[in-house]
Amino acid sequence: MASALRRLGSAAARRGLSTACEDTKKSLFQLPQAGGKSSNLCSAINQALHIALESDPRSYLFGEDVSFGGVFRCTTGLADRYGKSRVFNTPLCEQGIVGFGIGLAAMGNRAIAEIQFADYIFPAFDQIVNEASKFRYRSGNQFNCGGLTIRAPYGAVGHGGHYHSQSPEAFFCHVPGIKVVIPRSPRQAKGLLLSCIRDPNPVVFFEPKAIEEVPEEDYMLPLSEAEVIREGSDITVVGWGAQLSIMEQACAGAEKEGISCELIDLKTLIPWDKETVEASVRKTGRLLISHEAPVTGGFGAEISASIVERCFLRLEAPVARICGLDTPFPLVFEPFYMPTKNKILDAIKATVNY
Amino acid sequence: MGRRDGCSRGKGGSMHFYKKEAGFYGGHGIVGAQIPLGCGLAFAQKYSKDENVTFAMYGDGAANQGQLFEALNMAALWDLPAILVCENNHYGMGTAEWRASKSPAYYKRGDYVPGLKVDGMDALAVKQACKFAKEHALKNGPIILEMDTYRYHGHSMSDPGSTYRTRDEISGVRQERDPVERIRKLLMSLELATEKELKDIEKQVRKEVDEAIAQAKESPMPDPSELFTNVYVKGLGAESFGADRKEVRTVLP
Repeated sequence: MASALRRLGSAAARRGLSTACEDTKKSLFQLPQAGGKSSNLCSAINQALHIALESDPRSYLFGEDVSFGGVFRCTTGLADRYGKSRVFNTPLCEQGIVGFGIGLAAMGNRAIAEIQFADYIFPAFDQIVNEASKFRYRSGNQFNCGGLTIRAPYGAVGHGGHYHSQSPEAFFCHVPGIKVVIPRSPRQAKGLLLSCIRDPNPVVFFEPKAIEEVPEEDYMLPLSEAEVIREGSDITVVGWGAQLSIMEQACAGAEKEGISCELIDLKTLIPWDKETVEASVRKTGRLLISHEAPVTGGFGAEISASIVERCFLRLEAPVARICGLDTPFPLVFEPFYMPTKNKILDAIKATVNY
Repeated sequence: MGRRDGCSRGKGGSMHFYKKEAGFYGGHGIVGAQIPLGCGLAFAQKYSKDENVTFAMYGDGAANQGQLFEALNMAALWDLPAILVCENNHYGMGTAEWRASKSPAYYKRGDYVPGLKVDGMDALAVKQACKFAKEHALKNGPIILEMDTYRYHGHSMSDPGSTYRTRDEISGVRQERDPVERIRKLLMSLELATEKELKDIEKQVRKEVDEAIAQAKESPMPDPSELFTNVYVKGLGAESFGADRKEVRTVLP
């Protein structure tokens, strides 16, 4: 279990004016350009949570071990500053935690529920799928739990084994009514998390465990908008979360061999930005998707099917998926299991030379 | 009935009643899931200090769900004004309680949460119990109320209700413990109402129900576009897409 103590970023000190969802101004959706302090993902999350709790007095944060700061120190300082009635530990009961969060959100509050590792989210699966996602729909909009945000660290850490490494996003992408958001970096994480908390729909937010400069202000990033982080013309490469840094290395490697890759960060998995990906594939004619989760039934399958439907005649090669293997997440075999830079690079070359 | 004017605008079904003004957060198809939700509601009530309580209701079947115990623990730990009501009609659809539960004393299952067993077929007892429970919950935290009641019909349309119990049992309860009959006898024996007055009330109630049914039947089927409403709410940067594939992107505020 990755529990290295991380230094707390002191970003809470100076915060810009925070606004609630309804008063959002357009400027807040632009990533502030001016530097900021270097933070890792957890302190970026910490900054976002400080801002969220500060800007909305009816927001609450709860989960296992959050009081002292949590296993990844994402919640340090929050209980001290906002009090034990707003930031508190729960017992070990994921199903109960999420059900409780739904009720809290149903009363018009912002409930931020932490699931300690994404691997532990499954007891809460029924609450998320059957209760949270359908509350507004089945009550004819009389009730909703839009204020609910469920955060969970996800993904491989190098030594996590079966139950501290999973990427369960595909299970939740199959559920209309919730949103699934995965940031790739600390800067993205802060803006996306604030958007998720303030979005009036229930959101599941998966946090990769990863250093980058994070601006100190309150800023939000739009949901359901994919970002082209690298422009190219030979192949479109799509991913999300921690995998993007691997993909960036593969794209750089491909460039040395004369292949120009266009790299897209999906950011929100449902509802996902089909238009951006489609426009890119129309330009390049090739698509490669990469994610840590096992390949069969992974979210890459949905992207592949949708893009083939839309761009069949334009495609020059089959859509490639470089993903985790169809096994439980292994401990000692992690390097074999993972979609590594070389696997992606090989697939890029194979696709381009099809 | 799947009509436009229904609670779910035709999308829910017979299980789905909701009424915001009355604070009725709805019927839940996944039994047991509503109990931790009730604790969340109670937490919000406690936090806002509005002296209100939450009644989270479940049956003897759902009483064996794990999330009940998770909810009890949280409610007791945080002293939430939650009243957990087990409507014990002695059958979980077709399974008698002695087949499903080792301990049929559902009011005792709270362990550290106190419980009260109430004759669920006595309207006045139920009223008193709820009053007591509310006072208790506001002062001392959660309490369980077990309502000893009965179900005459089957559990649902596909359940005749007679394949797992005898008709004698059903008619026996109806004769001895029917709540409406009980009140009627009480009112008449105390001479608080005459038989005619009670018959008039019954007629009026029947009329009200018939009118409601007629009104519901008259309500048209919902528009096809209703299928896609209320899946998501226009938020920060997204709109749900329909089967016609005309995704429209939201303009950011």
